[in-house]
Amino acid sequence: MSDPVSALNGAEFHGLIDVADAGLTGMITLRGNLGAAKAKKAVKAVTGTAVPAVGEVLGSGETATAWMSPDELLLIVPYAEVAQRVAKAETALAGEHAMVVDVSDARAVLTVTGSDAREVMAKLCPVDLSPAAFGKGDFRRTRMAQIPAALWMTESDQFTVICFRSVADYAFALLKVAAQPGSAVGAF
Amino acid sequence: MLLIHCPYCDDTLPELEFAYAGEAHIARPADPSKLSDEEWRDFLFIRTNVKGVHAERWRHIHGCGRFFNALRDTVSDRFLTTYKAGEARPDVQTLEAAE
Repeated sequence: MSDPVSALNGAEFHGLIDVADAGLTGMITLRGNLGAAKAKKAVKAVTGTAVPAVGEVLGSGETATAWMSPDELLLIVPYAEVAQRVAKAETALAGEHAMVVDVSDARAVLTVTGSDAREVMAKLCPVDLSPAAFGKGDFRRTRMAQIPAALWMTESDQFTVICFRSVADYAFALLKVAAQPGSAVGAF
Repeated sequence: MLLIHCPYCDDTLPELEFAYAGEAHIARPADPSKLSDEEWRDFLFIRTNVKGVHAERWRHIHGCGRFFNALRDTVSDRFLTTYKAGEARPDVQTLEAAE
């Protein structure tokens, strides 16, 4: 077996804010009827949280559950435990029409950290990122310039951004340009 | 930029996140092999192309990924309402009366 490597392989950029590869992150897609008791049980078994409401992310740090669409959740777990947690979800969902897939290696995860993190993300995404409109616990799928992305706040000054692995370089380059030193706008 | 209400995300979001997906409420014939060439052509290509209120499909492609329907005035480019796929087309008069 070869060693797994994240798309950006530990890349970092320090400018107006810090942009960094978040490294290998376990991600599981769960699709099915989210209102079903078995789905709730599966989420509890994998990440320990309840089923999030529309646009919400529950949990923190390495283990979280995010709302992706009316029938889809993203379960974030430690990379090494993905296979084991997929099995847990499948056990909990036995007999239910649902799908559990390990998507960890299909995606790239970046962190954007710094007091101007909101501003840097707001330059790239058509989202109201003012503190009143977006904060910890909010989860948003949107686009970042030309590519689809999902973002949420893991700290009051930190965003975690997920994009497809194939466009990880592009995402990193975008964030680097948006975070050039001296490019602060002071919008928030 | 247009702001479009996604009935699944229950939020009004910028047009950038959405993709247009043609006229709404066009049902696929139950048995295509029974159709004449003209009827099949009509199903595939012939659209109403209205000037005024148009029922059309949109997809929240950079968000939840769902298709939904919208009533948009093709003259003013104003969205009258959006509704979930499968729901009946809302009555325009009722909508205007409610405003």
